[in-house]
Amino acid sequence: MKLLLRLRAPIAAALLGLLLLAAGLTALGYDAGAALAALYRGAFGSWYAFTSATLVRAVPLIVIGLGISISFRAGALNIGAEGQFAAGAMAATATGLAMGRWPGIVAIPVVLAVGALAGAAWVAVPVVLRVRYRVQEVISTLLLNFVAEALVSFMVQGPLQESKRIYPQSDPIAGSARLPLLPGTRLHLGFLLAVGLVAVVAVVFARTIWGFRLKAVGEAPRASEVTGRINVGWTVAAALLWSGALAGLAGALEVSGVTYALFQNLSPGYGFTAIAVALIAGLDPVGVLIAGLGFGALEAGAAGMQRDAGVPAVAISVVQATIIVVALLSVARARLARGEAAA
Amino acid sequence: MSPVLQLRNISKRFGSVVALDTVSFELARGEVHGLLGENGAGKSTLMHVAFGMISPDAGEVLVQDTPVRFRTPRDAKQAGVGMVHQHFTSVPELTVAENLWLAAGRFGHPAGRPDGPTGTGAAGRLRARLWEGLSPLARVADLPVGAKQRLEILQALATGAEILLLDEPTAVLAPPETAELLALLREYAAAGGAVVLITHKLTEVFSAVDRVTVMRGGRVQLTGPLIDQTMPGLTAAMVGRSDLVPTSSDAGAVGPVLVRVSDLTVRGGEIVGIVAVEGNGQRELLRRLAGVAPRDGAEVTGPVAFIPEDRTTEGLIPGFSLTENLVLGLAGDPRWRRGALLDWRTAAARMGELVDEFSIRAPGPEAAARTLSGGNQQKVVFARALEAKPRVIVAENPTRGLDVQATWFVHERLRRAAFDGAAVVVYSTDLDEVLTIATRVVVVSRGRLRSVLPGTTREAIGAMMIGASS
Repeated sequence: MKLLLRLRAPIAAALLGLLLLAAGLTALGYDAGAALAALYRGAFGSWYAFTSATLVRAVPLIVIGLGISISFRAGALNIGAEGQFAAGAMAATATGLAMGRWPGIVAIPVVLAVGALAGAAWVAVPVVLRVRYRVQEVISTLLLNFVAEALVSFMVQGPLQESKRIYPQSDPIAGSARLPLLPGTRLHLGFLLAVGLVAVVAVVFARTIWGFRLKAVGEAPRASEVTGRINVGWTVAAALLWSGALAGLAGALEVSGVTYALFQNLSPGYGFTAIAVALIAGLDPVGVLIAGLGFGALEAGAAGMQRDAGVPAVAISVVQATIIVVALLSVARARLARGEAAA
Repeated sequence: MSPVLQLRNISKRFGSVVALDTVSFELARGEVHGLLGENGAGKSTLMHVAFGMISPDAGEVLVQDTPVRFRTPRDAKQAGVGMVHQHFTSVPELTVAENLWLAAGRFGHPAGRPDGPTGTGAAGRLRARLWEGLSPLARVADLPVGAKQRLEILQALATGAEILLLDEPTAVLAPPETAELLALLREYAAAGGAVVLITHKLTEVFSAVDRVTVMRGGRVQLTGPLIDQTMPGLTAAMVGRSDLVPTSSDAGAVGPVLVRVSDLTVRGGEIVGIVAVEGNGQRELLRRLAGVAPRDGAEVTGPVAFIPEDRTTEGLIPGFSLTENLVLGLAGDPRWRRGALLDWRTAAARMGELVDEFSIRAPGPEAAARTLSGGNQQKVVFARALEAKPRVIVAENPTRGLDVQATWFVHERLRRAAFDGAAVVVYSTDLDEVLTIATRVVVVSRGRLRSVLPGTTREAIGAMMIGASS
C-alpha cells in the first residue's frame, strides 16, 4: 500500500511524459497516435514483445538498480555503474570464451561470478580513494566510466577481437556459458536471478544488521560512528563494492544471456538509467523491480516506435526525463513537508 | 517611561497547538527584560513575532508607540529591532567583516569596521565594547565561542538596531564569558538601550535583569520588576510547581576504581564534574573515556555509556524511529540480535516499554526522533544509555538546551546511576550545574587535570578554569 502511494507520482509523471511526447511529435509533423500505438506494441503488444523486449531490457536495469540502492543508502554516490557493467561484460566474455570444455552448470556460475568480481574490482579504486584519501566517489566513479569505455574499445580491436580480425567485436562465447532461454522467447534465466536478488536485497535492507548499518551511515555518519560504533569507512567501502559487483553481474548477464559476445556500446546507458530507476524507487528493492520493468517497457517501446512509426528512439527520453524530474520533485516536497532542509 | 516595544494580545496557533494565547509584553527603554520559561513555553515564538519571522494570528505589535506589521525580519530590522538567535548564524568560512556586510546587506558596509557608524549613544558604546579583541579580518571559524557570540550581537546591531532580542545567548558560554556578556548588556541598557534576554537560567535572571516576564504553555504567568521576585516564586511560575529546585547531592557508597586517566581516578558511586573553558581538551578527554576516540592510556572498567552533547548529530538519528535509535546504540543486544538478523518486533516492544518507563512524550516507538522535543529526545538518549547497564557513564553537557523539568530528570537519573554503583563523569559548560550535581569537581585547563578541593569558591574555580595559578 505504501509502495502504491509512492508509485502514484511516477505513474502520473509517465502519463504526463507521454502527453508531452505526443504533443512534441505532433508539432514535428509525426503521427502521434501511430507512434504511441507502436510504443505500446513494442513493449506489451505480444507475449514475445513483453518477454523478449521489455523483460530482457528490464534485467540489467533491475540488477544495476539494486546495486545503486545499496550504495546510495550508505550515502555513497556510485555513478560509475556504466563502467562497472562494461568491466563485468569484458571479464565475462574472456571467461566465457575459455569455458568450452565445461558443462553449463559450471560455466554459467563461473562466468557470472567473474563478471561480478570484475565489477567490484572496477569500483575498488574509487573505494580506496574515498576511504583513504577522501576523494569524492561521484567524481572517481564517473571518470572511470570513460576508462572502461576505452578499454572495451581496445579489447574488441585487440586481445578479444574475433578470430578473423575484421569486426570490432569478440568471438561468441562457448555455448555452455550461455544462459538458458524461456522457449519461444529471448528471455533468459537472468530474469529469475534478478527477481531473486530483489528478494534477497529486500530482506537484507529490512531485517539484517548490515542493512540497518547501511541506512544509519547514509543518514547520519557522525551518529553512526559515535553512538552506533559503526566503522563508517568500511561500511561505505562494502556498499560501493557490492554495488560494483551487481553492475558487473549485470554486464555478465548481458553477455551470457543476450549478446553472447562483447561489442562496443554494449549498454545503451543502462548504468545511468538504473540510477533513475533506483531514485524513483526510493532505493527500495521492490520499487526497483517495478521501476525497472517500467523503464524496460519504455526502452522496448521506443525501439518499436522507431521500427514501426519512424520516430527516433531517443524521443522516449522525453518521457523518462519527465518521470525523473517529477519523482525527484516529489521526494523534495516530502522532505520539505517533514521540515528538513533541502540537501 | 514609555515602552519601545509592545506586543498586544498576540495569539498564534501551529496546527492544533496553541503556541501563544493572547500574550502581551512590554519592553521599556533602559531595561534588560528577562523572558523566562521552559522549552516550548512560547518565549522564542513570541520574540519571533516581534522580529517578523512569524506573523501572529491575532494581536498587534507596536514600536515606539507606532503600530507596525512586520512581514519579514527585514522589516523588523528597518524598524530598529535586532535579534540574536539561539544558534550561531555567522558563516564560519568568512571573515568577521564579511559576516557583518552580510548582516548589513551591503558589501563594504561600514558596520564591518571597528570604527564604523555608532548610531545612538548606547548602541555605539556597545559596538565599541563588542569589537574589543575582535579583528575584522579574522576568519570566524578560528574565533573562540565567546567572540562568535559577540559577533552575533554585532550582526544584530549592523542594521542600526536599538532594541535587542537575545535568545539564550549564554547557552554556549563559559561562566567568565557569560558574566562579561551580561555586564555588557547591563551597560547598554543603562546607556538607554533596550534588551530582551530569553533564558531559563535563574541565576542569570538575578544577576542581570531589571524586569522579568515568565511564560508557561503559551501564556504569561507573571510579569513585573525583579526586585519583587524570589527564586522559588519564579520557578513555580515556570514549571507550575516549586519542588524542582535542584538540591545538592550526597555521595553514594564508594565502590572500586572504574576509571583511571593520568591523575584522575573515579570510583563507582562517584559523580565527577568536569569544568573547563571551551577548547581545553575536555571533549577529547571525554571521548577517550567513552571509547569513541582511541583510549590512549585511559583505563576504563566495564561497559561505558556515552551521552554526547549534540543529540541531533551524534546521539540520535533524527530521521530514524525511536526503535531504530535504540538499536543504533545497542545493535549487539542479544534480545533482538539473531546472528545477522534483527528482531525488530522485540526491539519495538522494548522501546514501547521505555517510552512509558521514562515518560517520553511521543506517539509511540515508531515516531521519528525528529518529532520529539529536545527534552524528550534526551530522555531517549538516557533510556538507551542506561539500557546497556553501564558501569561508567560519560556525559557531555547533558542538559544543554533542556528546560527545568528535563534538567531535573537528567540529574536524577545520573544520581540514581551513581547510587547504583556506576562511575559518572559529567562535563558541563554551566558551572552551577556541575556544583549542583557533582560529588567532586575537576578543572581541565590546557589539557591538564586539577582537582578542586572542597570549599573552593566559585571565583577560585573560575580562576583555575582560565589557567590562573591558584
